[in-house]
Amino acid sequence: MPDKPGSRSSGFDRRAFMAGAAGSALIPITARAASEDARAPAAQDPSLPVEVTLNVNGKDKRLSIDARTTVLDALREHLKLTGSKKGCDHGQCGACTVLLDDRRVLSCLTLALAAEGQEITTIEGLATDDRLHPMQQAFIDNDAFQCGYCTPGQIMSAIACVKEGHAGSEADIREYMSGNICRCAAYPNIVAAVKQAAPEIMKG
Amino acid sequence: MRPFSYQRASDPDMAVQALSAAAAANEPLTKATAQPLAGGTTLIDLMKLDVMRPSAIVDITPLAQAWSAIAPGGDGLRLGALAKMSVVAAHAEIQRSYPVIADSLKLAASAQLRNMATLGGNVMQRTRCNYFRDVSYENCNKRNPGSGCAAMDGVNRMHAVLGTSDQCIATYPGDFAQALIALDAMVEITGKAGTRSMPFAQLHKAPGSTPDIETALQPGELISAFSISGRWPRSVYLKARDRQSYEFALSSAAIALDVQDGTIRDARVALGGVATVPWRAREAEALLKGQKFDDGLAQRVADAAFADAKGRKHNSFKIALGKRVVARALQQAVTMEI
Repeated sequence: MPDKPGSRSSGFDRRAFMAGAAGSALIPITARAASEDARAPAAQDPSLPVEVTLNVNGKDKRLSIDARTTVLDALREHLKLTGSKKGCDHGQCGACTVLLDDRRVLSCLTLALAAEGQEITTIEGLATDDRLHPMQQAFIDNDAFQCGYCTPGQIMSAIACVKEGHAGSEADIREYMSGNICRCAAYPNIVAAVKQAAPEIMKG
Repeated sequence: MRPFSYQRASDPDMAVQALSAAAAANEPLTKATAQPLAGGTTLIDLMKLDVMRPSAIVDITPLAQAWSAIAPGGDGLRLGALAKMSVVAAHAEIQRSYPVIADSLKLAASAQLRNMATLGGNVMQRTRCNYFRDVSYENCNKRNPGSGCAAMDGVNRMHAVLGTSDQCIATYPGDFAQALIALDAMVEITGKAGTRSMPFAQLHKAPGSTPDIETALQPGELISAFSISGRWPRSVYLKARDRQSYEFALSSAAIALDVQDGTIRDARVALGGVATVPWRAREAEALLKGQKFDDGLAQRVADAAFADAKGRKHNSFKIALGKRVVARALQQAVTMEI
């Protein structure tokens, strides 16, 4: 197994293995469960994969997945977008925060099926060409992380926080960023980063 | 998570039909095989924990087109059940005329959860009792009726001191419901037989001998709206908790007053974080009516609100804390500028 100690020294990369395994889920679609007829909400057979099209960072992605798959698992395990992190997987930590039609939500509590038809934006979709998003740059400028695990969720949440108009004061930033927990307690620097990026984001 | 079939309902009839079709006779809503999915913040969480085990999910988010209007009018307010918590909290007229509603929503959960969660789902959220949420504890009368209650003699610091029974002391965790019950809200319920309305105060059921029955809602029924008469600009929601933000209440108070020339004409007092259901403290309200406010009155009102409270090993502090929260919330409501 690739998880064994020493496997990396043999040139085996765990993420590449995981991504390869996830890729095998991208099989041709065989069971389109949801009926095309909007009047008949026929439920699908739960033992069969369901076909879903997710719009992620501006691109449509067709997947054949278990109906139980969350947006977070669809991103990480099926689309190889591992920027969004799985912290608690119960909506308590904010590490999985993504934007759904520009609103920040928790991807771990959102079923992929329920997200069909909405635009998902992840940390991977922020930078343009070689230019970081102002909030990404602000996190670097202000040293707004230590281990970095919560950072993608913090940045997605911070962008929404600014656009909602909740970055007017340090108190507001702290209150409206409270759904993103940082185990390293980089909070003062996170607040500084949000303050720095806010004017540029509001300028558009 | 156990397997389930997923279907998306495009209108209320379809949703009710799909939910009713799967309902078995005498099945409590909490155990119904088909569950509606809106924001998902309670349901998906509890399914991952194996606490809720539906075999069919009916996604009702498309009903938001019909059921998410925020409609303040001349003589009251109507809130669609699929309106998002964040949208209602940010609504200027709600903040102006019903600050207790805006604040109860704003102080709940996190920005992400408020973007997901709907008003209807919020009032239906289930207790945070650890013994309920962790299926490795066998004794939970909510999950396994008749199995006992691990919280009674367990770590019960977060548990209720009002409305408890010898079967269950789980706290109702929400905030918005206290605002609704304080303002005499009505809840509109849509089911197979059409739409019915009832006082919100009758929606939640105290545990008694059937803690698994949490509300008056039957399988196949959905909350479609809430309505409130009048305006309540002099109202507050005060929430005391273990951390300053993003935490459930240890004790909270929803207060609404009508004060004219220094005399309290009408008063509403509801309590959160301390009771098994959204709690209206009518004895406390009676002491306020017709009186002029002072600190002594605030103390008597707070004492009356907790007169029947029963603390257990770890949660007796909630009685003293709860009284202070009521007294401070009253002070804030009396002195606020409207």
